[in-house]
Amino acid sequence: MATPVESIPLPELTTDDLSRYSRHLILPEVGMEGQRKLKAARVLCVGTGGLGSPLAFYLAAAGVGTLGLVDFDVVDASNLQRQIIHSTKDIGRKKLDSAEEKLKALNPALNVVKHETMLTSANALEILGDYDIVADGTDNFPTRYLVNDACVLLGKPNVYGSIFRFEGQASVFATADGPCYRCLYPEPPPPGLVPSCAEGGVLGILPGLVGIMQATEVIKLILGKGNSLAGRLLLVDALEMKFRELKLRRNPDCPVCGTNPTLTELIDYQQFCGIVPETKEEKRLKNGIPQMTVKELKQRIDAGEDVQLIDVREPYEYQIAQIGGKLIPQNDVPQRLHEIDREREVVVHCRSGARSQKIAEFLKQAGYPNVANVAGGILAWADEIDPSVQKY
Amino acid sequence: MTIYIPTPLRSYVGGKNAVEIEAGTIAAALAQLTEANPELRQHLFTGEGKVRAFVNLYLNDEDVRYLPAKEDTSVRATDTLSIIPSIAGGTAR
Ligand SMILES: [Zn+2]
Repeated sequence: MATPVESIPLPELTTDDLSRYSRHLILPEVGMEGQRKLKAARVLCVGTGGLGSPLAFYLAAAGVGTLGLVDFDVVDASNLQRQIIHSTKDIGRKKLDSAEEKLKALNPALNVVKHETMLTSANALEILGDYDIVADGTDNFPTRYLVNDACVLLGKPNVYGSIFRFEGQASVFATADGPCYRCLYPEPPPPGLVPSCAEGGVLGILPGLVGIMQATEVIKLILGKGNSLAGRLLLVDALEMKFRELKLRRNPDCPVCGTNPTLTELIDYQQFCGIVPETKEEKRLKNGIPQMTVKELKQRIDAGEDVQLIDVREPYEYQIAQIGGKLIPQNDVPQRLHEIDREREVVVHCRSGARSQKIAEFLKQAGYPNVANVAGGILAWADEIDPSVQKY
Repeated sequence: MTIYIPTPLRSYVGGKNAVEIEAGTIAAALAQLTEANPELRQHLFTGEGKVRAFVNLYLNDEDVRYLPAKEDTSVRATDTLSIIPSIAGGTAR
C-alpha cells in the first residue's frame, strides 16, 4: 500500500523522539522508517469537536508531525460531554486555541496549524491542498460533500466518520481506486428529514469510538500498512456493541470520481443540500404559520398582555429552562386540546422553534384560527432576551 | 429474513432495531415492512416508489444497487437486509 506522505527525504528522529516513540519503534510495522513517515506527515482535521477531539489527540501522541485544525466555534458547556480535548476552564474560548494548548502539552514537537474559518468552496482547495490526508469530523451535509469533492479533485484520502445517537459509520474515501462519499450517497437528504445530533442527541463516548477508528485509519495510510477501510463501510452500534461491515464500490457514474465526471470544480454546497437563505416573507410566515420573534413576544408580555403561551417540550427539558409557557409535551397535545383556548391566539414554543412549528401547523389543522410559532424558541430567548435562561 | 432498522428510522417501527419478515424477494420484504409501518414509507421511497438517494440497502454485505436483479433478488430466511441512511453528525454543536 503506497503512503500519501510526499516528503522526501524523510526527517531524522531526535534522541527525544527515540525515547518517546520507543513502543512504536519496536513494532516491525512502524519501526524507524514508519516513525519518520509519521513525523513527515501533514494531516488536516476538519472540526475539533466530538470526532476531532480523540482524533487529533491520538495523532499528536503518535508523532504525526503537522496537524491542521479547521474550526471557528467556541467551547460551550454542552460540548464537554464528548469533546474531550476541551476542559471546563475553556468554556467561551476558541476551540482552536483550546485544542492547540492540549495538543502542544501532550507533544511539544507537534506543529499545529490553525484555520479559523468555515470551510467553503472558496477556500477548501487551498486549505486541503497543504495536507497529505484529510480527516472529516464535521457535523453537516454541506461540509461533508464539500470535503469529499475537494479530496477527490485534489487526490487526497478522506478518512470519514459520522455518528448519530448510538450509531456510527467509518470509512476511507477518495483513495487512488476506492469509492468516494458520493459513490455511497449521491445526494443528501432534504433538510429536516434527518435530525442532527443537536436535535437527536448522541452518546458521548460514541464519537470517541469512531474518532479513534478514524485516527487508526490515518496512521495506517501514513505507514502504508494493513488493510484500510477504503471500499468498506464499518458500522458500529454502541447499544448492541455490534460491528458490521458493508462493501462499498466505486460508482462508474459517480459525478465526481466516475469515468466521465460532470463535477470538475467545487459547487455551492448549501444550495446542493437544499438549504436556501430565507426570504423576508418566509421569515414572517412559514407554512402559513406566523413566526413571532422573541423580541415581539417579550414586548407583548411587558405590555401586560396575557399571552396564551404553550411549551411543547418534554418535562425534563422544562426542568432545565423555561420562559413561562404552559407545558404540554408535543405528543400529548392531541389529547389535551381542551386545555388550549380556541377563542384566543395560541403562541407555541419549544427549544429551537422546530417542534413548535409542527405543533402550530397541527393546531391550525385542528381548527385553531390564530396560531403563531416562536422563532428560535428558548435558544433565541436566551441569546436575545435573557442570558440567565439556561441553554441546552 | 432480518431487516436491520437504523437509529433515525426506529421510531417508525415501534423502536425496534430489527424486524423479521418472511418474503421471497427484497422488494416483497420492503413492501411488507412499509405496509405494517406506513409512516416509514416516505422515508424510504420517493413518491414514484423509488428508493431514496440518501438511503442505501444492503443484502448481507452487498449493495443492492450492484446486485444483477437489484430489488427483485430472491432472499432466504438467513439473509439480512440493512437500511443505511446517510448521517452527518460529528462535531455535534
Ligand atoms: Zn465517487
